[in-house]
Amino acid sequence: MTALLELEGLTKAYPGVVANDDVSFAIARGGVHALLGENGAGKSTLVKTIYGLVKPDRGRMRLDGYPFAPTEPREARAAGVAMVFQHFSLFDALSVAENVALGMETPPPIRDLARRIRAVSEEYGLPLDPARRVGDLSAGERQRVEIVRCLLQEPRLLIMDEPTSVLTPQEVGILFATLRQLSAQGTSILYISHKLEEIRALCDAATILRGGRVVGGCDPRETSAAELAERMVGAKLSAPKAGGGAPGDTLLRVEALSLPPLSQFGMPLREVSFELRAGEVLGIGGVAGNGQDELLAALSGERLATPGSVVFEGADVSRLGPVARRRAGLLTGPEERLGHAAAPDMTLTENAALTGAARKGMLRRGFLDWGRARDFADEVIARFDVRTPGAGVAARSLSGGNLQKFVIGREVLQEPRVLVVNQPTWGVDAAAAGAIRQALLDLAAGGAGVIVVSQDLDELLEISDRFAALNAGRLGTPVPTAELTMERVGLMLGGAHDMEATHA
Amino acid sequence: MIRLERRPTPSRAWGAASPLLAVALTMMAGGLMFAALGKDPVEALRTIFWDPVMGEFAWYFRAQLLVKAAPLVLIAAGLAIGFRAGIWNIGAEGQYIVGAIAGAAAGLAFHPSESVLIFPLMVVCGALGGFLWAMIPAVLKVTLGTNEILVSLMLVYVADNLLASAAVGWLRNPEAVGFPGSRNLAQWEASANPELIAGTGMHWGVVAAVIAVIFAHVLMTRHLMGFHIRLAGQAPRAARFAGVAPARLVLFCLGLSGLLAGLAGLFEVTGPAGQISIDFASGYGFTAIIVAFLGRLNPLGIVAAGLLMAVTYVGGDNAAANLGIPGAAISAFQGMLLFFLLAVDVLSNFRVRVGRGALA
Repeated sequence: MTALLELEGLTKAYPGVVANDDVSFAIARGGVHALLGENGAGKSTLVKTIYGLVKPDRGRMRLDGYPFAPTEPREARAAGVAMVFQHFSLFDALSVAENVALGMETPPPIRDLARRIRAVSEEYGLPLDPARRVGDLSAGERQRVEIVRCLLQEPRLLIMDEPTSVLTPQEVGILFATLRQLSAQGTSILYISHKLEEIRALCDAATILRGGRVVGGCDPRETSAAELAERMVGAKLSAPKAGGGAPGDTLLRVEALSLPPLSQFGMPLREVSFELRAGEVLGIGGVAGNGQDELLAALSGERLATPGSVVFEGADVSRLGPVARRRAGLLTGPEERLGHAAAPDMTLTENAALTGAARKGMLRRGFLDWGRARDFADEVIARFDVRTPGAGVAARSLSGGNLQKFVIGREVLQEPRVLVVNQPTWGVDAAAAGAIRQALLDLAAGGAGVIVVSQDLDELLEISDRFAALNAGRLGTPVPTAELTMERVGLMLGGAHDMEATHA
Repeated sequence: MIRLERRPTPSRAWGAASPLLAVALTMMAGGLMFAALGKDPVEALRTIFWDPVMGEFAWYFRAQLLVKAAPLVLIAAGLAIGFRAGIWNIGAEGQYIVGAIAGAAAGLAFHPSESVLIFPLMVVCGALGGFLWAMIPAVLKVTLGTNEILVSLMLVYVADNLLASAAVGWLRNPEAVGFPGSRNLAQWEASANPELIAGTGMHWGVVAAVIAVIFAHVLMTRHLMGFHIRLAGQAPRAARFAGVAPARLVLFCLGLSGLLAGLAGLFEVTGPAGQISIDFASGYGFTAIIVAFLGRLNPLGIVAAGLLMAVTYVGGDNAAANLGIPGAAISAFQGMLLFFLLAVDVLSNFRVRVGRGALA
């Protein structure tokens, strides 16, 4: 196979950090090439360079042997480079076809476009109805809209940024079949992921980035996941270990909890019931938008529930607000770091007081003791290895992974009786994710109850004692994790949408 | 090509420098405006900014500065607290008027008694009047979800009519044979708010403004309520997560700013203005909005901004009298100050990049 895209000595520096340092590698025609690395390793900058969003300081690229230096995405697209971003840019209120048309420079009439969408989606086994409203689609289906949008350009190189983080195992299967088919037809794929097993299953070449430099390439099919991880991080990783204590008394009982949706495109909670016991980690899986935000809000006290539906240590807390629940020992960590778990423009000290004021003795007759808030922030920074110049910087200046360590650490160090977290390691690199998971396990080992809501099934299977699936606002019966297989989990999640249309 | 690039952390240096830059730009643009009106711009600016503070008649003007600055600072200190939370009380002018009417009415009910309790009673009633007038938009917002900007603003015009009816009707001085306006409260000892130190312009309103500024400063920097107010303004979702009840915040912020505006009205009507009259409303409630922003919504900054604005008032009157600059031009000049401040504000959150660079 000859190379489709060659990168030579790409270098891009930002103030204070070299994002890419002399990066060189080649992507084979029809190859599925993995780009591996932790957060901050320079993967995003590199793909943005290829897609024309970032102009490199030095180095050059060759596409098909010809110099390739796109100054904007339009040029990259014209040259045959397409990209599916981690965050979708779709309008909920518009139909699939209208969304696709919005991304085109000269969109054909909607009816022709719908026909083409249907043709492409059938050809590649990506079932998609062009007339449906995007707001009603699952995350997997939304991703298909983005992929189909790319495929309509008949790309020669398709870049996929963390595509499976929002998919059920079955949806991952569908996606992989599509990618293999594309590769067989000669389309090259640049695949970015944290999930090493996936890369080993899908990719035929890999480039590993660390600190902006290429630290090596390999054939992932012949390299173990552990070895890949070590080369990514540059150190040996240890898997989190559970304390293994026997579950104790019931700490939290949720009974027939129903709530209307948060927004027009939200999901109502329907008769959610479960129990959480001391020393236990309960994993709640499900594809995004199945009621996770609503469940978190009902547990944190941001939304009040019907009396008797949330019982914490024998007391009905369903009508109590966040402050009262925190005082009682029921703590939560929402998914959205910036703007929900933390105020972006406030300092880490202020953000430490945001949830820690009551439990960490920062309040005296309504007055805040900023000295104690600062001490608490410093403690979180030290114990959770938050990389920051100090507690006085604004939350938004921290990288996603570091801020995540801060907001999780802030709750863990308040010694909760029950901690509920949503997507605790979303967008966090392997080392930080390991530290966060270990902290959650330690908390449970210390006798607290922990609920982890996540879309990362590997994570849930790794750390939870019991697993339940949230699907369309309903929570299934929790099952001991030891008895589960990936297939079973997939079925619990409600299965992939339109399973019958896969590559049977 | 000029582009704006978001700063990772807001620049403190620009945050402090932008009001100064805004003042400088206002002087330049204002100078051009005065030149276009056929006046000597240097002379005009000197008359507005220099004469009241350092000029020949400064001894007279300086007292006027405190008299003008006190209500501005008192009202702006309250407004700024709400603005920090994203609660926009635009109707302080109405609360100022109602506070003055309520306080004056309470006092006049006991005329001609000379009890020392009358003035304190008037202060309480003035505060209460402003508070209750501000509670109308607050309660409507909390219960019905109405927009507090519109409701509070429209209530200014209701208050204006209330003022007119009081001045010509139910509060009219019975001894004034047909002239509109209430009894002169400044000349009735029980209700007077006199100069506390002769020649300084310092009256009880100045004292109240100083106390309000200190209170606001402590509230915003040390108290949980102030923290919640800032949180709600910057990150509403994080505020709800922290346990802030939005309704309570609306009631608190509107109530407090109304109370302070009412107090400002009371001190004005018992002191510098002297009586409830048809033209009692002088726009302090609106100008205070400019003062609040010019002072960076910061209580201490508001003191400086209030004094600066008082200079433009006093100097503006001076310029109107001596140079014949129309009053509207002075108002436009004051408006420019807010305009340039908001424009320059961008610099504290964004960095200006000139030339063609890559998108990050």
